[in-house]
Amino acid sequence: MADVALRKVVKRYDDVEAVRGIDLDIADHEFIVLVGPSGCGKSTTLRMIAGLEDISDGDIMIGGDVVNDVPPKDRDIAMVFQNYALYPHMTVAENMSFGLRLKHYPKAEIKARVTEAARLLDITDLIDRKPKQLSGGQRQRVAMGRAIVRNPKVFLFDEPLSNLDAKLRVQMRIEIKKVHQKVRTTTVYVTHDQVEAMTLADRVVVMNKGRIEQIGTPNELYHKPATRFVAGFIGSPAMNFIPCRLEDAGGTLQIRLTDRIAFALPPARAARYNALPRTEKLLLGLRPEHLTESHAHLEPGVESFDTVLDVTEPMGMETLVYFGLEGTPICGRVNPNAGAKDGAPMRLAMDLNNMHLLNEATGVVL
Amino acid sequence: MADVVVEQGRVARATGARKGSSLRNTLGRKSTVAFFLTLPLILLILLLVLYPALYSIHLATLNKAMTKFVGLSNFTFLFKRETFWMVVRQSCIFAITAVVFKALIGFIVAHFVHNIPAKGQRKWRGMLLVPWVIPPAMSTLAWLWLFDPSYSAFNYTLSFFGVGPIPWLGDTFWARFSVILVNVWYGAPFFMIMYLAALKSVPDQLYEAAEIDGANWWQKIWHITLPMMRNIIAITTLFSLIVTFANFDIVRILTSGGPLDTTHLFATWAFQVGIQSSDIPLGACVSLFMVPILAVAAIFILRDVNKRGNEA
Repeated sequence: MADVALRKVVKRYDDVEAVRGIDLDIADHEFIVLVGPSGCGKSTTLRMIAGLEDISDGDIMIGGDVVNDVPPKDRDIAMVFQNYALYPHMTVAENMSFGLRLKHYPKAEIKARVTEAARLLDITDLIDRKPKQLSGGQRQRVAMGRAIVRNPKVFLFDEPLSNLDAKLRVQMRIEIKKVHQKVRTTTVYVTHDQVEAMTLADRVVVMNKGRIEQIGTPNELYHKPATRFVAGFIGSPAMNFIPCRLEDAGGTLQIRLTDRIAFALPPARAARYNALPRTEKLLLGLRPEHLTESHAHLEPGVESFDTVLDVTEPMGMETLVYFGLEGTPICGRVNPNAGAKDGAPMRLAMDLNNMHLLNEATGVVL
Repeated sequence: MADVVVEQGRVARATGARKGSSLRNTLGRKSTVAFFLTLPLILLILLLVLYPALYSIHLATLNKAMTKFVGLSNFTFLFKRETFWMVVRQSCIFAITAVVFKALIGFIVAHFVHNIPAKGQRKWRGMLLVPWVIPPAMSTLAWLWLFDPSYSAFNYTLSFFGVGPIPWLGDTFWARFSVILVNVWYGAPFFMIMYLAALKSVPDQLYEAAEIDGANWWQKIWHITLPMMRNIIAITTLFSLIVTFANFDIVRILTSGGPLDTTHLFATWAFQVGIQSSDIPLGACVSLFMVPILAVAAIFILRDVNKRGNEA
């Protein structure tokens, strides 16, 4: 087991920079998830840690040693691939023991390790089958087993669940978490699925366009996003961004959304935003769960307004409502019994205690 | 069914209609259509393959003048001739050596070509295929000139190193070497292109997984490439073994079987015995010997392919 560190790591393909100077410290035993949209450089970063891609600039350290020029086989890592990459001509046991056999481990130890990993992953019955005879979830377990038996310093997962159907994905997500709780190996996990990132990670690294947007625990990212990208990427349905500006009205600071709608900011928020220039173009960031049906007694900082719903989506435990505010599409979450109907007027409440204010031009959360 | 009892005439008409529709059903069935569509090919094969094969079996049982049935005496006669056993030996040496080298060279070259960046690869692939595309009768003529003992490019070049002149086609060892060399030159591109296709079908991630598992270059070839290519290797080898075993043109043009019949293969010797020495029954008899030998090879290799095919 070991910590991993990336120092100003750059990857260039001809004149395209896929990864633009990444700094990242991963502690021993930590479960780190790299998340971001396609082409954000997350897989490239993982492959550079694995040694499958050369790095153009910077340093990668595993357990304190710079491994820039160390081939993958000498980095003591194990990787689980998106399409499993099981050797089709080998049985499950042979697949899992391949790395150990190459390193000439004693037969008894290989058998012990394979048996233990198979037990851990609940694939003991499949040990003599070929990959062709396994389902997607079973193949994924075997791929993980192949990683576990090697007892490496670092586990690398490259979108391991994206080839599975939705139900199995949830199941395997929990499996992976359980396995990590048992073996505690430092893990770097790449995914484009923010739910996977939130549920698995000790810390999430959100990447965009070859850069790190923010590093933090799942809760930090959710509640205190640093940029518009992170705010919009984490959370489903995504955060609403409503164009707005600040104005002073009778000694209080208020936020104006439309000509008709303006709300006084709660005192804590007013103090935080008071120094901002009133002319600046801003965005109000509000998660759908902070836009709910209105009640007779609203808490301080919660403001109500009338609107006409465009579409409603009953989800069972909640109903998603969609409406427009001066052309900006907005999503809210209301109680299924609140009587939300397509095309019907409804009074909604906005919880400004949980609002975010962003600079529209720079995308920075203020 | 009530109609049947009441009115016989109508029943007859109805059965007639039913018969017509069952014929239409038969014609409309997919397997029937498929049979009729392949019928021309089946007839062609019957005419060009099955008929000659049966005819040559018939011929092999006649006497030299083809007037009398002699049973298996042509075969027993062959068994007693030393040349026949030499031809058997030479055919095996020729086919096995040539196929092994073709496969080996094809495999190595395929690896090189596979690693050339995609942009330049087409050009190399095209150039490397040239020996296989030229009609062998023509290219073998060029080789015949290259092997000329007195004025050839080979011996001229070797003379600078104080080697030679080598009797390329005049000495038993060198003549055997030369026919194999030309066959390898002609056949290796076929292996190259088949292996290249197979190499391209091996997913890159298997190599990456193996690399992370700690495999070096050789271990990746041994544990990943070769097992993944196993079927292609088996089928290509079988195919080439058959074609090489039955080779005629290269030996015929380069040595005509000489010196002293030592480079004869089944096909060339059958030609010499049957056509040139006008003993068609004996020639047919010689050529028939190829069937059991190749059949055994085919059964072994195809059985393995089937087994692997079911697993993979």
